[in-house]
Amino acid sequence: MSKRIDVSDLNVYYGNFRAVADVNIEIGAKSVTAFIGPSGCGKSTFLRTLNRMHEVIPGATVEGQVLLDGDNLYDPGVDPVTVRSQIGMVFQRPNPFPTMSIRDNVLAGVKLNARKISRSDADDLVESSLRASNLWNEVKDRLDKPGSGLSGGQQQRLCIARTIAVKPGVILMDEPCSALDPISTLAIEDLINEMKNDYTVVIVTHNMQQAARVSDKTAFFNIAGTGKPGKLIEYDDTATIFSNPSVKATEDYVSGRFG
Amino acid sequence: MTNATLTPVPAAPVANRRNRLSKGRLPRWAIPVVGLSALVLGAAGSTLGGFSIASMLIYTALLFVVGATAVTVIVEGRRQGTNSFFTYLIHGCFILALIPLISVLYTVLERGLPGMTSNFLFTSMNGMTGAVDNQSVADGTPVLGGAYHAVVGTLLITAFSTIISVPIGMLAAIYLVEYGQGKALSRGITFFVDVMTGIPSIVAGLFAGALFGILFGPSTRMGIVAAVALSVLMIPTVVRSTEEMLKIVPNELREASYALGVRKWRTIAQVVIPTAISGIASGVTLAIARVIGETAPILVTAGLANNINFNVFSNWMATLPTFIYYQILSPTSPTNIDPSAQRAWAAALLLIIMVMVLNLGARLIARVFSPKTGR
Repeated sequence: MSKRIDVSDLNVYYGNFRAVADVNIEIGAKSVTAFIGPSGCGKSTFLRTLNRMHEVIPGATVEGQVLLDGDNLYDPGVDPVTVRSQIGMVFQRPNPFPTMSIRDNVLAGVKLNARKISRSDADDLVESSLRASNLWNEVKDRLDKPGSGLSGGQQQRLCIARTIAVKPGVILMDEPCSALDPISTLAIEDLINEMKNDYTVVIVTHNMQQAARVSDKTAFFNIAGTGKPGKLIEYDDTATIFSNPSVKATEDYVSGRFG
Repeated sequence: MTNATLTPVPAAPVANRRNRLSKGRLPRWAIPVVGLSALVLGAAGSTLGGFSIASMLIYTALLFVVGATAVTVIVEGRRQGTNSFFTYLIHGCFILALIPLISVLYTVLERGLPGMTSNFLFTSMNGMTGAVDNQSVADGTPVLGGAYHAVVGTLLITAFSTIISVPIGMLAAIYLVEYGQGKALSRGITFFVDVMTGIPSIVAGLFAGALFGILFGPSTRMGIVAAVALSVLMIPTVVRSTEEMLKIVPNELREASYALGVRKWRTIAQVVIPTAISGIASGVTLAIARVIGETAPILVTAGLANNINFNVFSNWMATLPTFIYYQILSPTSPTNIDPSAQRAWAAALLLIIMVMVLNLGARLIARVFSPKTGR
């Protein structure tokens, strides 16, 4: 069920302001791709265009093509809701639904869409999703307790379980560890390593060690100055980006001489 | 090298020595002493111009604020002096603001409690004439007649106005927050909601009366007209409070729901509103509490009745405020106004109790519905 993404000539706008310019990138199935770059360079904005979350912001528009296994997300007939059910997203801050229990949070994608699901199927889905996000052993005795009572790292894994439960082909992660302590971060990184067996994972991170640890390929984004659009500078195997990048700006960034 | 023991030797406390760190601070007894001397001086001062409790308290308060500030300035310096001056001033203002409230509660309780009989609660004014009141005063028997019809009217009219205004108000707020951001229509709605907030209640009553006059013939007076008038007053409050509550629902929750492939209206119905429901519920309850005491719009729309009427769609109805108004303004027996005054005060007490119950209900609802945080 893992899917590939091909982006061609993508421009992203907030109103008249072009935030990201001319991105071309191919993201392979069953891989982990990391987006790195200085703050404000458009990595998160670009990530959000990959499941049409960008257009939730008033005045935000996109030009260009994003192909999910060959189908363009931005074709006029495409319903963004269909896109989002196939490309899940995990956010920077853990955001479990405060009114729901842990179990209901995992089932949110099913229940909020009022899809019928039998009790036993629901139990199976909860268990498999929580096992897949390495949270099952910690919460199996308190599935009916509110999700907001968990620790930050557990909440983030709950959010990942919630995303997995929808059975997407691609999972986008927008700085999923930036609000977490090193131990929780490690737990999530281990999880990402396991997840690439089943999913295509795209992760935005400010932590270059993290990018080096978890990703197969890395994309470096940069911005020429304030008011200028962010651009994809270099995209290559993670090992190459961190050891032998072909662009000077990438080398400066990964070696810490810049940004 | 010898193993030096690094255990610090605690400094032996010097007996009866003042803590040097408390230098330049007022001792703890200073302010009570100032308060006591202010009381004595205030009492003395008020006897000069004819003693009264009120003048004594005013003098005492003034002397205390001035004296305590002066003492603090002398001992602790200007900054602390300013601090204590404003602290006492604000406490004084708080007490001043409480006086009317306590006075109202006390008066209503004192005059309303004697009238709180089962007769008052469970009978109407139907058939109560001046002769009945004169008779009961002459015989010294308990006052007959009560406010049951007015209680029924208050509850029914308020309930119907809630039924009308909550859906309209909530849907308007949902449009404003979730769909209309920055659109001309939403700016228009916001503007007119603000205007509606300022509509005098009698104007709302006249509007509803005129509207039903056009639809069903002149001087159509029934409970539902009053409910419409009250809902004109309630809608802006409901819109405003719901809007504020929806605005504070974190955007992250909406995005989390969208990212799971959930449609916008389902996100609103099942994520946004449940998250905000406690605030919305208490906002609605406070809006009800505000309109339940309206008098003028009821008089021009529901008229005044002495009999029990359970049907808001026909005939005149009474509510507690109009009941009070008429009992005071035109007592049932013009020669013996005491029974009417007693009924009016009892009705006032009943109205206050109803509003208090509503407020407590709002808190309870807020607690029941608020997002759980247990572990």
